[in-house]
This record gives sequence, C-alpha cells and structure tokens, in this order.
Amino acid sequence: MTQSPLTRNIQGNGPTDILAYEASGGYLAARDNIGKADPADLLQLIKDSNLLGRGGAGFPTGMKWSFVPPADGNGHRYLVANADEMEPGTFKDRLIMENDPHQLIEGMLLSAYTLAADVGYIFIRAEYHLAIARLRSAISEAEQKCYLGDRILGSKYSFHLQVHISAGRYICGEETALLNSLEGKRATPRAKPPFPQVSGLWGRPTIVNNVETLCNIPHIVNHGANWFKSLGKGDNAGTKLFGASGRVKNPGCWELPMGTSIREILEVHAGGMQDGYMLKGFLPGGASTDFLTPDHLDLPMEYEAIQKAGSRMGTGLMVVLDDRACPVGMIANLEKFFARESCGFCTPCREGLPWVQGILDKIEAGHGQAADLEVLERQALFIGAIGNTHCAHAPGAMEPLVSGLKYFRSEFEQHIHDGRCPYAGES
Amino acid sequence: MKSELINALSRAEIDAIEAEITHLPDRKSAAIDALKIVQSQRGWISDDSLSAIAKLLNMSAAELDGIATFYNLIFRHPVGEQVILFCDSVSCWLMNGEKVCSKLQRTLGIQHGETTADGQYTLLPVTCLGDCDHAPAMMVGESLHHDLTVDNIEAIFK
Amino acid sequence: MPTIKVDNQKLVVKDGDNLLQALLSAGIDIPYFCWHPAMGSIGACRQCAVVQYAGEDDTRGRIVMSCMTAVTDQARFSVATQSADQFRKSVIENLMLNHPHDCPVCEEGGECHLQDMTVMSGHSVRHYEGKKTTYRNQYLGPFIGHEMNRCITCYRCVRYYQDHAGGHDLNAFGSRDRVFFGRVESGLLESEFAGNLVEVCPTGVFTDKTFSKHYTRKWDLQSSPTICQGCSLGCNTYTSERYGQLRRVQNRYHHQVNGYFLCDRGRFGAQFVNAESRIRQAGIRNSQGLYDATELKTAIGIARSIISNASTIKGIGSPRASLESNQALRELVGQNNYSNGMTEVEQAMLQKIIDVLRSPIPTPSMMQTEQCDAVLVLGEDVTNFAPRLALSLRQATQNRAKTLALGVHIPLWHDAAVREIGQTDRSPLVIVTPTEDRLDEVASHVLRLAPDNIALLGDEICHAIKDEDNGTASDNVSSVAREIAGLLKQATKPLIVAGTSLQHPGILQAALNIAITLNQQNISAGFFACASESNSLGVAMLDNQHSISDIMAEQPETLVVLENDLQRRLGDRFDASLAGIKHLIVLDHLDNPTVSVSTLVLPAATFAEAEGTYVNNEGRAQRSFATFNPAGDITPSYELLDQLRSVKRHIDEIHHVIANSIPTLAGIVAAAPAASFRIEGAKIARMTHRASGRTAIDANISVHEPTPPMDDDSPLVYSMEGQHEQAPANLRAYSWAPGWNSNQSNHKFQQEVGGSERTGDPGILVLTGGGEIKTGDVTLTHRRLVPELHIFGSDELTNSAADLATLVTAPYLRMHGTTAQSLGVVQDDGVSFEVNKQRFSFAVIVDDSMPADSLAYPLIPATVVLTNLDDIQLSKAESWTKAPASGQRMITTDRSQ
Repeated sequence: MTQSPLTRNIQGNGPTDILAYEASGGYLAARDNIGKADPADLLQLIKDSNLLGRGGAGFPTGMKWSFVPPADGNGHRYLVANADEMEPGTFKDRLIMENDPHQLIEGMLLSAYTLAADVGYIFIRAEYHLAIARLRSAISEAEQKCYLGDRILGSKYSFHLQVHISAGRYICGEETALLNSLEGKRATPRAKPPFPQVSGLWGRPTIVNNVETLCNIPHIVNHGANWFKSLGKGDNAGTKLFGASGRVKNPGCWELPMGTSIREILEVHAGGMQDGYMLKGFLPGGASTDFLTPDHLDLPMEYEAIQKAGSRMGTGLMVVLDDRACPVGMIANLEKFFARESCGFCTPCREGLPWVQGILDKIEAGHGQAADLEVLERQALFIGAIGNTHCAHAPGAMEPLVSGLKYFRSEFEQHIHDGRCPYAGES
Repeated sequence: MKSELINALSRAEIDAIEAEITHLPDRKSAAIDALKIVQSQRGWISDDSLSAIAKLLNMSAAELDGIATFYNLIFRHPVGEQVILFCDSVSCWLMNGEKVCSKLQRTLGIQHGETTADGQYTLLPVTCLGDCDHAPAMMVGESLHHDLTVDNIEAIFK
Repeated sequence: MPTIKVDNQKLVVKDGDNLLQALLSAGIDIPYFCWHPAMGSIGACRQCAVVQYAGEDDTRGRIVMSCMTAVTDQARFSVATQSADQFRKSVIENLMLNHPHDCPVCEEGGECHLQDMTVMSGHSVRHYEGKKTTYRNQYLGPFIGHEMNRCITCYRCVRYYQDHAGGHDLNAFGSRDRVFFGRVESGLLESEFAGNLVEVCPTGVFTDKTFSKHYTRKWDLQSSPTICQGCSLGCNTYTSERYGQLRRVQNRYHHQVNGYFLCDRGRFGAQFVNAESRIRQAGIRNSQGLYDATELKTAIGIARSIISNASTIKGIGSPRASLESNQALRELVGQNNYSNGMTEVEQAMLQKIIDVLRSPIPTPSMMQTEQCDAVLVLGEDVTNFAPRLALSLRQATQNRAKTLALGVHIPLWHDAAVREIGQTDRSPLVIVTPTEDRLDEVASHVLRLAPDNIALLGDEICHAIKDEDNGTASDNVSSVAREIAGLLKQATKPLIVAGTSLQHPGILQAALNIAITLNQQNISAGFFACASESNSLGVAMLDNQHSISDIMAEQPETLVVLENDLQRRLGDRFDASLAGIKHLIVLDHLDNPTVSVSTLVLPAATFAEAEGTYVNNEGRAQRSFATFNPAGDITPSYELLDQLRSVKRHIDEIHHVIANSIPTLAGIVAAAPAASFRIEGAKIARMTHRASGRTAIDANISVHEPTPPMDDDSPLVYSMEGQHEQAPANLRAYSWAPGWNSNQSNHKFQQEVGGSERTGDPGILVLTGGGEIKTGDVTLTHRRLVPELHIFGSDELTNSAADLATLVTAPYLRMHGTTAQSLGVVQDDGVSFEVNKQRFSFAVIVDDSMPADSLAYPLIPATVVLTNLDDIQLSKAESWTKAPASGQRMITTDRSQ
C-alpha cells in the first residue's frame, strides 16, 4: 500500500490512460462497490476516515455529505468537483488533473454513488486547457468501459459526468458562486442556509468538493479508514499535496503526510531559500491566509495547529516572502487581487477592498500618512469577520493585511516616515 | 425577426449550443457556454452576437449581457488574434513578474487592455494561473508560457 | 409567538418573521437598504447589522444581519452595542466613498432613504481621499430619470424590476465596485410598472422625470390622500402640488388594495390635471361655433335659465365622476331622467358584479389575490385594463415556489433561496384572451380564443368541474376544459378573474358560473372582477336604471353631461345622437369631442381639486381628498350642479343623502371622517411642518401674508398648521415620520411591517354578503371585432398627460395571416374602411397566434368610431406610409437629457 496514493501514478510524463490506471489498481474500488456496496456504509467509511476538505476550509467531508437528504425521486442530485483553482499560490489540482485524470473520475464516481447523485460536473477554470482535454478524454474512456453513464458496470446505478469550463473570475471557486455560475448566471455567492445539500444546483441536493478531496476517495474505499488515518503524522488523517512558491530553490508541490512540518516542506522539499535571499514570512495556504514567520517553521501543517498560531492551513501551498521583496508591496498586490475579484454584492467587500488597495498603493508609492494605518485597521475590523460579509472572500482578503500589519508594522511605518519604499531598486 | 437574428449565428455555433442545452434543465442555463462557443469562433462577443445568442436561448439581451459582463474571459470588445493573459498575482509578483510584464508592454508597444497595431495581441492581466512553481507565467492564446524573465520574454513574440 | 431579548427589552415577535421585520414592527429604528417589505431579504447591503449572543454567558456576540436572521424563541440580540453601532457606521462610510456630493441638486434630497439611514447611523466624518467612480447615464423613457453616480449597489432596482415585475430589459452589468444598473442601451423601459423604481430606489438613481421637469422639494409640497382615477382598482395615491400645479403622484400604502406599488398609468397619468386642454373657464358657444369665455356666475345664470325653461331635460353622469357629482346631477334632472353614463350591456355586467360581491362567494382584495395558488383569467388583458392587478397575479404564480421553500424550511423572507428552489416552477395561471397578453410569459396555459369561444370554454369548464359531459363541445375544448377544471379543483385558493373590457356578458357569466360551481363543491374559489373606470361600481350602485341609449332615445331638448365623453360609448352614432339636442350643457376637465359640440361648458374640478367618493371594483368605497384649491372658476362638479338648481350644501350632506336613499351605499359616510373631524382640536395638514416660502411667494405683489385658502369641505387644511402623525390613514396627506423622510416611513403607521394600518385600512367594503347568486346562461355576441386595451391610450383622462401621450400607439388592425392574405396586405401595410362617409386608414398587424376569424383594434381615441361597429368593409390602403414601429408603442420625441 502506497504512502503517496494521490501521486502514485504521476511520473511526470503525461497522464495515465485508463489501461495504465487500471493496471495500477485503478477502478478496483469502483468495480467492488458500485451496485454492490450499501451507500450508507460508504458514507460511514468516509466519516470514519476523518477526511477533511482539501479546498481550503478543511470541513469534514463525511459530515458535509451526511447533510444531503434522502433521495426524493423528484429530480437530479448533483456532485460537483471544484476545479476552479485560482487561489494565488495554488497549483495542486492542476497537477492531479493533468497527470492522473482517472483518479478524479473514480473519486467522483464513488462519491456520487454514496450520495445517490446521478449527474456530475467538473467545474474547471478556462485556463487549464491541458487538464480539460485530458479529463474529457478520460471521461470518454471511462464511458466506453461502463464506469460512467447509464447502468454502470451492469448495475442499476447511473452517473453522467461532464466537464464544465468556466469563463473566469476567482469567486467561482466559492462553492455557491460556482453553483450559480454552473447555472449560467452571474457568480454571486448564495447565503447559507439553505446549504447546497438541500438546495444546490437548480434547487436540487448538491455536494461540491475540491478535486484533491475527491481523489482521496478511491484510496479510502480500497484501504479503509484506519489506513487513511495512519498516513497522517499527527491529528489530521491522510496525505496532502503541500507546496511552496516564491524565492525558494525548488518551488513545487509534493504529496506528504498530513502534519509534516513547515520546516521540512520549505527546507527539504523546496530546498530552502535561493542564494542571497532570507525567509521573512509566508502565507501557509494561499493568498487568503495569515502571514506566519520563521518563528513558526516547526509547526506541523495541520488545520488546528496552524489555526492556533493565528493563521489557516488553507490549500496547503505556501507563498514565501523573502527579505528582498517589500511586504507592503506584496500585501498591496494581494489586495489588488482581492478587490478586483469582488463579485460586487456586499458593501464591505465591494467598497471596502478598493479603499484598502488604494491606501496600500499610496503607502507603497511613498505618499502614506500615519492616519492611513488607522483606516486600514478600522477597515480590517469592518471587513474581516465572517458574518460581516456575504461570503468569505473579503474576510480572507483581510488575513494577509491584518497579519502583515502585526508582523511588519515597522515596515509600513518606515514607508510612511521615509516617504518611499525602502525596497525600491531591488530586483 | 427572430429567425434573422438567429441566422446571424452559424449552423455550427447553433448546433454546439443546442448540444449543451441537452444536458441542462432549461435553455438559459447554457448562457455562459453559448457565449464561450460563439467567442471561440469570433474572438469576441459583439452586440449583434449577444442579441443572436439571447434570442436563441429565449433570454433578453439585458439578461445575457448582465451575465457576459460579469466574466473577465468573455470579451465585449474586439480583441487581437491572441489574447495574452499575464499573471499579476502574488507568486508571479514575488518572482519579478511586474518587471517582466513591463518589458512585454514595451516590446509589443501596448498597455493592459490594449491591442497591438497589427491586431495580433491583446494584453490583459489575469489572476493566478496555477503555475506558481514556474512563475512568472502567462498564457498566449491557449499556450502556457512560464519561467519568464526580462531576457526571454521577447523571443516568444518573434 | 417567540419571545426575544433586544438590549434590555423583551419582545414578543411573529413566528416566521426575520429579525429586521420584528424590530421595525416593534418601533425600533434599524437602518437597512436592500430589504424591502414586499421583496424580502437578500443580505447585500449589510446595513441592518446587529449583534447576536450565543447564550447567557456570551458577552461579545457576533455581528449578524437582522434581515437574514430568523426570530427564534429566547434569542438574544443587541442593537445598541458598540460593535454593531460601529459596524453600521462603517457601512455608511463605505457606501459614501463613491457617492457624489449631489444632495443640494439631487431630486431625492429631503425624502432620501440614504440620507435618513446616514443620519440614523451617526456616521459623519469623511476619511476617504480617493477618486469616485462615475458612470454614464441612459435615457430610459419619458418617465424615469437615470443618475448612476448616486447608486449604492443595493440591487433593489433589478430585484423589483426582474423578480417582482417580470421585466427583462433592466439588469445589473459588470461587477465589483463598477456595477451598472440599466438597459443594454438607452431606450424606454418596457415594464408598465417601471415607475415604482423611483420609490424602490433608496437614492436618486431612478427618479420621477415628470416631477423633475418642474421640481419641488418634498417638504415644500402640498399633498393629499387621493384615489387613482386610471381604472377601477382604486389604488391609493398621494398626489402633490405646488404653486397651483400638480407635481407628482406617489404610492399610498394600502394593505388590501395596492400594497407598495402602482402602475405607470396611475403614477404618471395624473399629469392630465396640468394639460393644455384643461377647461379653466366657463364657455358659451357663439354663432361662429367658437366659445366665449364667460364668468362663471354668468354662465351658471344662463344655464339655470336653460334648465328651468327646458321642455325635456336629461342628465348623463359618468363612471369616472364621483358619487357626489353623480348624485347632484341625479337630483338636478330627476332620477327618471338620469343615466349613470354607461351602456346597457355594461350596466347589466356591473349588476352581476355587484351581485357576486354581495354573495357568499369569496371576493379577495387585490393584495389577497397574491395568495391564490391557481388563477384563471377569462378574457381580460389585465396588464392593460386593470394594470396593477397584473403585478399581483405575477406574485400569485410564485406560490408554488413558496410551498417548495417551506417544505425544506426555507423562510419566505429569504428571497433568493425561495426563487432558487422554485426555479421555473410556477403556480398555474391560465390566460384565455383573444390576443397576446403580457402575462403569457408567466402563464402555465395560454389560449387564444375569440370572445364567444372564451365564453363557451368557460361554460365547458363549469361542466367539467361538475364532471359533466356537456356533449356539445369538441374533444379539444373538452379536454382543455377538463384540464383547467382539474387545476382549479386541486388548488387551495383558486381565483377566477373576469371583467367588462370585452363588453361580453357571456364571458362574465361563464366566469361567475365557474366560481359559483366551485364553491358549491366546497372549494373556496375567489372571484375578482375588473371594471373600466374609477367609479363604475359606485355609479352602478347609485342608479343603474337608464343607459346612455335610453336617454338618447328620448331625444331630450336639453342634456346635461357630467364628465363623460359620450363618443367613447356612442362611437359612430355620436354625431347622430347629439344632433337633435338643443342645449348641451357639459361639465368636464378637458376638451373632448362632447365638449366640442356643447352649447355651454362649465369648468369641472379634477380629482386633485375636489373631494370625491369612488367605489372600486371590489366594492370598496374610498374618499379622495382635494390636493389643492382649484384656480379661478374651476369648481367641483357637485357644487356646479347644485348651483344649477340654486342649492348650496356641504359635501358631507350629499354623503348622507346618498346613504339614506341607497342602502347599499350607506357605508360611504364612514369611508372617511367628516369635515368636522379634529384631533385635539386640530385639522389635518396637507403640508409638512417644514414647508417654506408661504409668505414669500407673493412678496413681489404684496408683502402682507395672504390668508391660506380655506378648506371647509374636509378635515384637511391647505397649510402645515395641523396634525400629521396622528392622522388616520384615510386622511394622511403624505408619509413622514421623524428620521424617516421617504415613503419607507410607511412602516411606522402599520400594525406590523407589511400589515394593516394602525388606524384601519382606508375605505369601507360596502357590499358584504347577505345576497344570493345563482349560475346563469352564457350568451354569445357573435361579434368579430375585438377591442385591445392599452395601458397608455385606453383611459380617457390619462391620455392627456403630456408624457404618457407620447406612448399611445398609432391605430392598427390586428388580423390573422389568412385575413391579411384575403385583403392582399402584409405586415405594416395599411387598410382602409368607411364609416358615415368618412375614410379611416389603420396600420396592419399580422398575427397568426390570434383567432383566424377575429379582427382586433386598439381601444384608443383614434379608433373610437369602431366602438359599436362590427361589419366594416376593409380594403388595402393606397399610398400608405409605414409607421416607424409596428404598432405597439411609439415614442415620438427622444427626450434624452
């Protein structure tokens, strides 16, 4: 049994076609369970496995699934893979989809069967052309072998899977905005409750899961909950695709046990900082996570541990800030992104983020004033709590800002005092 | 009137859109798919294209345009033969992306949102392309280019 | 009933409400923008934030949006706590970042919800130093102004326009802090209910352009509670005036009738009061056929002498004139010489309507129809005949979604969730009309039938309800009838809608039969009748004995006509009918064909200048109060008519006379308080306490303060010196409460948000049961010509509102393709016909969806000749110029600013 189930087929040379996928044990779980296993048992298995969502929120997958009501026979039930990977610093789902598309398909098949879902969508971002082509080809192969479509593997169960290509906008990665986009509408998030399990796609029961989450399912079904739990080093079960980008020697993405330390990821796998650069800080899980510092290097990458340290594990791919890049500039870049990607529905995000962006640009350009920091803090309080806004986009935007003000305040003050960015001229 | 406007769409476009609709509970759910199909043929969505698609889907032009103008990859202005999507998110920024993009702008002689005089390229910013271990990155049409530097960017456009 | 704790107050609240509704109902001021009492909550603006505590030990709490929070028993909240207070201030602060400094020049100022909520929140210091987003505005038609820079992106406009009113040409474009609300391009807003945008929008993005043309601040306006004169529904309005000119009409909330919305005819049509064609002086026709303007006293004297010397005298009243005026005419000429101004057919149909209103058959109010879960409309093009009803019927189709929502515990105020779960699943709405109908798009069944066939279908439905096989109908008709009967029988609250617009008694009878039969089967089916004018029911109840034809048949020497253009009903017989009349005395507001052949005309006051009682289609008697004193010789008709027999009495006396002589109208006395009504000695103010300039207005003439005009007729005053806040709803002249300068203040006067007025809903239902009703025979008319009603064009008075007049269609004949072919014409050609040796040419509209044998024409002034005709010989018009648009609406002038 592999220690790296998610990437076991990824050699780096093209995707696994269905024959190779089957040869390495693929679709075994499907053949053993579709039309045979009791979906209730499969649901319990996923609950027991302690699998947490891999898209950033870390919500227990089994629990999420358990909120789907029993089938009422009044229409479709949907399973959607969130392949809209656009969180800055994140590039893990691309890896799996381009290089082992059948893993996602099998994961969706087993999940859909557990949920009594009959229609599936892979909502994929438009720019992932290669992944789209490979997924479509894989779906076609799977259909030909009766893993998808009507009466799968001779059973009564049907599951039709399709790739749906987005038309842009980061907010489509928010699960309810994704649903609206799939329905052909503007991608404004929905208020919850009601949850997608009750009223999702076209008002029907729907589950949205991240690609990586779904890819874990075949392995859990094959090897069991205990096996899955044993893969993790600490409190969290399974493996995770961790990664790093920025001025590290070897930026990339690797499947490692949950609970691997940040130090190991950065120093061993990412090779440490490039020559001439020092680590100043990092966002552990993408743009919408709080900064951590070299003081936090020995923390395990686990949801609770990172949360206790004042940040979030998020997607698990780190964005590394080096000592020659301006933290104010970095945060300004982040807030420009967040402001641009606002859907425009609620006041704090729509109006508040551009103001924050403007102030950061001003400070970075050397025109900042002390009062600007007060405004930033006040806006952060206004925007930064879930519940203040319609969705988690703007609160996410405030995480790098608030933590940046906490850890790099002196740098902000220096910009204001000096009337210039001290890093100007660094290349 | 309706048939005239729908005839503004090609047979292939109509067939492709109808194929999408077969998977959906109603016609207007194909709005975004339809916009992308027509845009893939014409490069952008003109007012006429928009009206024709709306008529085909039994929507008003306003309903469809409200959707079209939400999405950054639906172009409601003419674009060049190829659209350059240059990532301006944080990992590319950390890896000198802004300077590389400036070099590109000087090379092509255009700013963000503009099209080269020969109609070949339109330059647009884009949110993280999911290629951060090879930052800075950009797409030119459907091709992904990465590990860009101020030295190697020019060659891509020769 | 849950109990919640808010700060230190315990509140008993209504189960199913959201917290914002509960707090506002309890009189607690919470700011909000995107929530609307008629449209529910979406949680966009974040302005209504309060703090919710998890338990007794939770001292910090968390911010929640009260509009999106259900009230649950023992829940604890705080409004006043610092974190909530600061949050609400920040919302205002952030909304203000891009808001233009327009207040001094913005139409909304002084009744602006944004201003009010800004003051309420307490935010006052501006820290933003950046630039403001600006937009380009669009021309949206003659009624609605557009100023996007003022937008706070609350999404109310598109939610109202698309979701509530079903419009398709207004949308939100773009995203982030650059959302644009408008059309794909400049042009007339297509919805007939677009006007409500000016009240739905909490800022000055969408404003009343007819008001802007001659603008006054709300605090300077003089207003009164009025009843819309546009149709028979009796919507309540506030009419406002300044400097002797009607300025604007706004919605006046009525829990049962119109709720929060009006139609565009009502909102913008009242400008007829300012029309150039107003009759402002008495006139006597001279030998050259022109009118000599005459002093009123003189004209009255001459008229008196004509009347006293008349060998025969008759009077024709009007369904668009008040009860008081009709009664005064009736007394002047004598009961046996009076007609209420309608045709025999109309009178018979109105009698049927009166009968059903008096019977045990449920007759829901217009707002109550929104609860009906299956609706059958027989014959009426509601959007164009009883427009406001169409808005309610659209809401009725949403009952299916509401049922689905409740089934999965989605509260009904959670607007987006209810719509999502409902998808396109609608409650059944069956539209059976001869030609295309605006409600077709939300209907479950659409049937295009000639009027006689509509009646026959109705008859067949009745048989199907009783599971009878009539045997005479075709299989097709039978099966459709069975399907419709099934829908009605399965519903909890089915509704039948019918009316008088097609002048077809058989359709009305068939509809009544259906309602009666359903009720006989213990299905609580409601009946809703549409009539044509504001007082059709009232005058039918007053005196339904003689039709216009009865009167004209007697060829009176002297005829007194009250506010009625007889050509509308006499059609091609108009000239002949009036030819023999020696003295035609006409009282009216506007020049019209009847006025043009009169011998003496008296200047009648409009609804805005005179008190009047009107009974609407559901038998609700409502009092409309004068907004301003009419200028010069313009006088209320009832007063003029009394003067013609040298009588002077108070309008309240007329109420008593009517009440004493017509038992069914006894209730009109209580429709509003009498002139003697006082609140602690004070009358009711028409003007606000901030009204300015009263003494300065005429300072150039004299510095001495003029006495304000007296109003002896009503308990209202033509000044600010009176009560406002305690005024009963039927006397309230405008909506205002401390801190709530806009019409959002109306919740302060409701028992609970969206509920009845604290002081009682205005008006009295005068027909309330006790009567019997039986099914009757369904008769046919065998007519080929079908009138098409137009919201802009079919109503006599509103046609003279300057801006509305630009939207009246050119005349056309709508025909099936086979008819067109037989005439050798195609779309946009012209057809001609001759009546009374006069040639008429109309545009051709070819419509294959209409019944092949029918011929439809718009009911507008240009087609009045067709009113009583059926057999016209059509031929292709030679040298016909195509009209710019294909016959529906034409804007003759682009008034883009």
